[in-house]
Amino acid sequence: METVSTDVAIMGAGGAGLRAAIALAESNPKLRIALISKVYPMRSHTCAAEGGAAGVIKPDDSFDMHFDDTVGGGDWLSDQDCVEYFIHEAPKELMQLEHWGCPWNREADGSVAVRPFGGMKKQRTWFAADKSGFHILHTLFQTSLQFPSITRYDEYYALDLLVDDGRCQGVTALEMRSGELRQFHAKAVIIAGGGAGRMFPFSTNGAIKTGDGMAMAYRAGAPLKDMEFVQYHPTGLPNTGSLLTEACRGEGGVLVNKHGRRYLADYGMGPETPLGKPQLKTMELGPRDRVSQAYWHELQKGNTITTQWGECVLLDMRHLGEKKINERLPLVKELAEAYLGVDIVKEAVPIRPVVHYMMGGISTNTAAATPLPGLFAAGECACVSLNGANRLGSNSLVELLVFGRRAALSAAEHVQGLPAPDTAALNTQAEKTQQRISELFSRTDGKESMSGLRKEMQETMEKNVGIYRTEAGLQEGVNKIHELRQRYRRIKLTDKSSVFNTDLFQALELGSMLDCAEAVTVGALARKESRGAHQRLDYIERDDRNYLRHTMVHHQGMDSPRVDYLDVVITKSPPGVRDYSGDHK
Amino acid sequence: MKERTVQLEVLRYNPDTDTEAHFQRYEVVCQEEWVVLDALNKIKADIDPTLNYRWSCHMAVCGSCGMMINGEPKLSCHAFLRDYEGVIRVEPLAHFPVERDLVTAPDDFMEKLKRVKPYVIPKEKKPISEGEYKQTPAQLMKFRQYSMCINCMLCYAACPQYGLTPSFIGPAALTLAHRYNQDSRDGGRMARQEVVATHEGVWECTFVGACSEVCPAQVDPASALQQMKITSSLDWIVEHLIPGGRSAGDAASREDAVDKS
Repeated sequence: METVSTDVAIMGAGGAGLRAAIALAESNPKLRIALISKVYPMRSHTCAAEGGAAGVIKPDDSFDMHFDDTVGGGDWLSDQDCVEYFIHEAPKELMQLEHWGCPWNREADGSVAVRPFGGMKKQRTWFAADKSGFHILHTLFQTSLQFPSITRYDEYYALDLLVDDGRCQGVTALEMRSGELRQFHAKAVIIAGGGAGRMFPFSTNGAIKTGDGMAMAYRAGAPLKDMEFVQYHPTGLPNTGSLLTEACRGEGGVLVNKHGRRYLADYGMGPETPLGKPQLKTMELGPRDRVSQAYWHELQKGNTITTQWGECVLLDMRHLGEKKINERLPLVKELAEAYLGVDIVKEAVPIRPVVHYMMGGISTNTAAATPLPGLFAAGECACVSLNGANRLGSNSLVELLVFGRRAALSAAEHVQGLPAPDTAALNTQAEKTQQRISELFSRTDGKESMSGLRKEMQETMEKNVGIYRTEAGLQEGVNKIHELRQRYRRIKLTDKSSVFNTDLFQALELGSMLDCAEAVTVGALARKESRGAHQRLDYIERDDRNYLRHTMVHHQGMDSPRVDYLDVVITKSPPGVRDYSGDHK
Repeated sequence: MKERTVQLEVLRYNPDTDTEAHFQRYEVVCQEEWVVLDALNKIKADIDPTLNYRWSCHMAVCGSCGMMINGEPKLSCHAFLRDYEGVIRVEPLAHFPVERDLVTAPDDFMEKLKRVKPYVIPKEKKPISEGEYKQTPAQLMKFRQYSMCINCMLCYAACPQYGLTPSFIGPAALTLAHRYNQDSRDGGRMARQEVVATHEGVWECTFVGACSEVCPAQVDPASALQQMKITSSLDWIVEHLIPGGRSAGDAASREDAVDKS
């Protein structure tokens, strides 16, 4: 097996991974950086983010207000020391992107423009039309090309962390083109592998979002934190699940039910605001958890519209006019037209909530460090506890910049003065990965169909771990996912070829998703309260006495995982009432 | 929803077992509103797990799923079944070596992308603490279109010149050079000219325009390349004919100078 010796190995080359790589290269040009990704960097799912990235920049805004919006938006499950660090770093990182050429929209005087976003009390969302994530990703990727110390390993599928002497010291990865396994010996590893939304059948997430980074860290002993908090974005296309950005509402689009009523007013987000005059932090600019939950109630009441794609409500943007739509929401217009046949200039577009983002992930602290020494994580795969129980739109693109950079600085510090690795010990571990793959290839008695298991997993998650949850449903979900994990050991590959074998990659991805799904279901069953995106019909109140703490899920091999808890860091904002009524001052 | 049985003829190639590529026909029940990618996904899940192709976003922004569909370069997530009748022929993207089935090797494109220095080479450096480089909406519009490239490489598959002369830097990479040249924050045009203004660069382009026709992101590489030819010609005139003349690179940095020329 070929060995690559490096200083820092980064798994994932989306926004967080690229930002980390550039920060490492800038901090010390002598550091050798291996940037490993199962896709070419510009295919990473950061490219699909649309609306924008939040950072205090305008004179009427303040860090305190961004802090309050984020902590309240997260239903007080955010670590407040983390939020404090984040809000101060956010504008610096967005400005850095400006210097690197990101085509942010501008005011007439040439300064950066901002737009309103859900749950934010001030306009602070920097944007590049409705392709903000795309431009951030490409700006980072192109900028990274000037650093010779970054060596890319495009289309390498990372498999297992190498852990010796209590430290993470590398990772194994399959070169997808040849099917050959490589091991990377590294003094530090940063995981930036993205979320796991594909464990659900209806998701905005691209095919690659299968939780590989989360699962890899989890299997190596790093706990997953707050996995039960899964964000439903309120406005997805009902057939493909493609995202229609929150900026649709930020620019003035409204949600109506089959009676033409702006129903959010009936769920604590009223009174109704005048059409075309969106007000911050109320009605359509409420937080995603509340807006998606309101849809569920409308569905129960029979107020939704039955379409050929299932039950929907309508997102109406006609009053914005063609000029504004073309300037600010060109991608939304194109998506609705191409995939649904709806011209948003002339018609309201049917939408429904869709799985979008994992608030949970690999447990990290504000320095982006996991409890496993030498292992760092950033971006959606990490849970640094910025987003708490519900992420505000436009905080995550900044999160991957702020904590991608932070992970790099922490890793650069960690690698100083480490002893030489015990290569024999690492080689032995890498051999175990090889055996795992070989065993999968040589298995002949497998009876389980891979796509069949995947379908069962997705149906289980949708049925039992949706917007509203119950004890019985969650117990069923836990049992079923546990059963699927056992059956997964009997899946058989149809394709036994070495070269670009997507049957193999999909099998490995399914393994990752099942590990993540188990953490989601177990965490959700154990949390007997309703908070943010985790809503229980049998425990409808938030319970700060028992659950103002993070769920920590620890991998136990094929057994059920172990769950314990970690207190939330509260510095200055005691848990309070989330108020999204327009009446508040 | 209306269903329709679609026949796909897919080019298969496995270097482990095949000496040459061959077509395989699949019959698959599809929803009328599906795209070709949906049909491939159904084949992969229900009929033939050994079929290989790339995809991710299913919304025409990640650029993974470019392939030839009835001979035309297309994103398969944006090739609607409603636009096709009869057997749909699906092949790997033209002009790139095939790794396996519909998976091609983009190494050449990745190398060329890097050669055009697609990043801001600042006209004047300043620290982050001094805030943004001011850029008016008009200045943004000068390059925004060219920043929309998703690197899907459809334009390379469409470009006859790239097919004939593989050393040609090609539409997407050259357009990206133009994108940075046109950015008011950038002062790196002369550094890029070493690659851009050569026989491998814009002068290799014969203005067929196929790149712009197939571009799924409306980037219009053909217009970028023609603009670059004009600027490069101006460079030559200034260097060779005007005593003590400034290069067009300097001129281009002044508002609208190139547009008036």
